[in-house]
Amino acid sequence: MKAPPFRYHAPRTLDEALSMAATLPSPRLLAGGQSLMPMLNFRLLAPENLIDLNRVEGLSGIRESGDAVVIGAMTRQREIEFSALVKARLPLLAEAIQWVGHRQTRNRGTIGGSLCHLDPSAEQPMVAMAMEATLSIAGPGGRRDLPMRAFALDLMTPALEDGEILAEVRFTPWAASHGWAFLEFARRHGDYAIVAVAVLIELGADGTASRVSITLGGVAATAVRVADAEAALLGTIVSPSDIDAAAACCGSVDALGDPQVPGWYRQRLARTLCARAIPIALARAAGGPASVRHPGNDGTNR
Amino acid sequence: MNADEAMREITLAVNGKTHTCKVAERINLADFLRQDLQLTGTHVGCEHGVCGACTVLVDGVSARGCLMLAVQADGCRVETVESLAAGTQGAAGLGPLQAAFRDRHALQCGYCTPGILMSLTELLRDEPSPDEEAVRLVLSGHLCRCTGYQNIVAAALQAATKPAGGA
Repeated sequence: MKAPPFRYHAPRTLDEALSMAATLPSPRLLAGGQSLMPMLNFRLLAPENLIDLNRVEGLSGIRESGDAVVIGAMTRQREIEFSALVKARLPLLAEAIQWVGHRQTRNRGTIGGSLCHLDPSAEQPMVAMAMEATLSIAGPGGRRDLPMRAFALDLMTPALEDGEILAEVRFTPWAASHGWAFLEFARRHGDYAIVAVAVLIELGADGTASRVSITLGGVAATAVRVADAEAALLGTIVSPSDIDAAAACCGSVDALGDPQVPGWYRQRLARTLCARAIPIALARAAGGPASVRHPGNDGTNR
Repeated sequence: MNADEAMREITLAVNGKTHTCKVAERINLADFLRQDLQLTGTHVGCEHGVCGACTVLVDGVSARGCLMLAVQADGCRVETVESLAAGTQGAAGLGPLQAAFRDRHALQCGYCTPGILMSLTELLRDEPSPDEEAVRLVLSGHLCRCTGYQNIVAAALQAATKPAGGA
C-alpha cells in the first residue's frame, strides 16, 4: 500500500529537530526508514508529522572518545560494516552487522533507527545489550545517558520520552585479547533472526574465563543477557561440560512462540547456537583462528 | 491525488538529467519515478523493502525505492535501469550487463530484473571481478520467482569478466 498523508519536515540541526519533536502534533522521527517506511506503507502508523533526521548535522559518524567508541545515531549500517575502527575495537558489532538485512538496506539503515525500533530479533540492540552500551539521548531539557538495559523497556518500546531523540551510542571495547562470536538462524539470509546469540569472553592469565557476556535475540520481547549461562563459564578453564551447561541455560529461557515458530523450537535453537558460539569466542580469546560461518549463501545458513 | 495533499518542490538528477518537480510529500521514490517522470523501468513489488524490484542507485549506492520518500532525494543523483542502455553500441542497445542477462537467459518474466541490474551495477563498480559468493550475497537482497537465480549468477559473472567490465 501507500503511506498515509503526513507533513514532512527536514530539519538541519538537532535543536531544530528537537523543537519540532516537542511542538508538532503526533510526530514521528524518520531515520534510515528501513523499518518505519514499511510500517507507513502498511498503514500500521499514521503520524501527522514526519521529522526526517537524515539532513541533521552531527548525528552521524564513528569516533574514539577516551576509552569508548562513539557511534552517531544516524550512522549507516554500511559505514559500520566497513569501519576499520569498529573492526579493531568492536569486532562483535562488525560481525553482527553483516547479518543485518542486505547491502541494499544497510546502505540506508542506521544504528540509531534500529535501536529505537527495537525489534526483538534485531542484531544491533543485541550487541548494545551484550556490551552494555550507553545511549545518549537529547531532549528539550538537555542530554541524558541511559544504559541499554534500561533503554530496552519492552517489545519495540524504547525508553524515549515524547520530544526526545537518540543522539549517539557509546560502546566500551573489551580487552584487546577478548574473544567474540555472533551466530544466528533465519530461514533466509537477511530475514529477521528466529534466534541469534552473541558471546564475548575474556580469559585471565591462568586461562580461566574472567569476563563473560552471553546474549540472546529473538527469544523474548527484547534482547536478553543469560546470567546463569555466563555464570556457568565464569572463573573456570572452560571445558566441554561447561559449554554444555551454558548452552542448557540458553535452552531453558522463556521463549516466545508464534504460529510459525513454537517456543520449544526457539529454545532448541538457542541451545545449539550457544554451544557453537562459545568455542568460537574461546578460540579467538586464546588468540587462535576460529572458523566462522559467514552469513552468505553458501548453503551453511539453511 | 487529494486537493489538500501536502506538496514540496524538489530538484534532483535522474540518469544525468535534472528535474525540478512539485511532489506529494508522502510519495515514495519508486512511485515518483514511475508516475511523475514516466520512468516505468523501476518496478514496484512488495512495497516493504523485501523483494528488491524497486532498487535504484541514490548517489551511487543501492537503495529500495519504496523505502525512501521522493522528497528525501532532493539534491541527490538517482540512477535507474533506463540509464544502463543509454549510449551503448551493443546488441539492441543493451549495456554489457543487460546483454549478459540476455545471453545467459537470466530473466523470464522480468519483473525483478530492473532492481537486480541496479544492485549488480553497484557491485561491479566496486568490484569489477567479484567471485560467485559476492554475487550471491548481493542477490540475496532480491527475490526472483522464475529463474532459480543460477542464470542470474552466471550472467553477472559473464559481465564481470568482460574487459569493458560492469555496466
